[in-house]
Amino acid sequence: MYETNYHRASSVADAAATFAKGAESKFLAGGQTLLPVMKQRLAAPSDVIDLSKVQEMIGIEVSGDTVTIKAATPHYDVAQSDAVKKAIPALANLASGIGDPAVRYRGTIGGSLANNDPAADYPAAVLALGAVVKTNKRSIAAEDFFKGLFSTALEDGEIITAVSFPVPAKAGYAKFPNPASRFALTGVFVAKTKSGDVRVAATGASQSGVMRVAPIEQALKANWAASALDSVTIPASGLLADIHGSADYRANLVKVMGQRAVTAAG
Amino acid sequence: MSTVKLTVNGKAVSVDVEDRTLLVHLLRENLNLTGTHVGCDTSQCGACVVHVDGRAVKSCTMLAGQAAGSNVTTIEGLAKGDELHPMQAAFRDNHGLQCGYCTPGMIMSAVDIVHRHGGKLDEETVRHELEGNICRCTGYHNIVKAVLDAAGRMKVAQAAE
Repeated sequence: MYETNYHRASSVADAAATFAKGAESKFLAGGQTLLPVMKQRLAAPSDVIDLSKVQEMIGIEVSGDTVTIKAATPHYDVAQSDAVKKAIPALANLASGIGDPAVRYRGTIGGSLANNDPAADYPAAVLALGAVVKTNKRSIAAEDFFKGLFSTALEDGEIITAVSFPVPAKAGYAKFPNPASRFALTGVFVAKTKSGDVRVAATGASQSGVMRVAPIEQALKANWAASALDSVTIPASGLLADIHGSADYRANLVKVMGQRAVTAAG
Repeated sequence: MSTVKLTVNGKAVSVDVEDRTLLVHLLRENLNLTGTHVGCDTSQCGACVVHVDGRAVKSCTMLAGQAAGSNVTTIEGLAKGDELHPMQAAFRDNHGLQCGYCTPGMIMSAVDIVHRHGGKLDEETVRHELEGNICRCTGYHNIVKAVLDAAGRMKVAQAAE
């Protein structure tokens, strides 16, 4: 790892001010991606600003039809939260399957979304549930937040402070994990909103990162059942192909994970 | 350079380190606690797992500065004097170690698993929960046996306290 300067932020405002002072600052949340990348010398920030102890960024609130997870809340806490398990069990389930137990103790929802790894789990939930990403400057709708591989609508120095999820009527998540990294080879999140709309998002599949899956959405709108996807074909064009799986393989995985997610949602 | 103050195995320590220092290097190189191992460079193997404020985390994926003010327990802090921790004793009795390289991380993760699941542990759960710890000897069978054995011993020990 190249040399860097470590700062522990005491508040969101302190973090933003410290970030602005550095030549090439980076925010550090759980560090489960940034630190490995720095160890490989693929990133060399002049300053890292640690958000993990900012109290106003930690915690889970459920009010009415909204679950708000503050950005520095670790995956373990989301997975264990009785409030999340009750309101959106699929979200707690998703958090319980990220990485491994040690990663879940440190990794955070804000860090996952800001990094926008094309195979990360949380982007699928945020897009399928139509969540709102809140920052220290504005609120960003899920549709406007993800901008392709490792790219988001966040401006330089902008900090995700929380994510608000509308509570759906039904939701489920299923992923086929890469056996080594536990990232999603493909993961699919299905949601039926309280107004009856169906939204489906896949991660790990597309060359452009997390994506909505229109053919599955249409089939599930007509009939909310795993069998409704039997005749659905997912086009392989634009899907990822690597040593772990071809585009055709991933296209089939989108369908199969979609079926498992619907079964999980009930 | 920064001065990092933390508690390690019950003792308050103050160490001057470069900001880029990882917690595992502070433990091994500054405090000579070489029981915590580095088995990979990619945050995947779990040989470096220690407890930070009661949670089993990878000390190679945390800056030393992030642990400032925290309570850290390493493999050296588990035994009570000459009396091995029940997890250590179970690893010995069940031949849960072959070359021993992954053992410190396995034990620190396993203690955390028992703390979280209590008496409800079964083989499938142990195997699933140990997915962040890699044994290059592939000696998982006896490791899993040791964890299940220790879960029983820790329950008995807890009841006695």
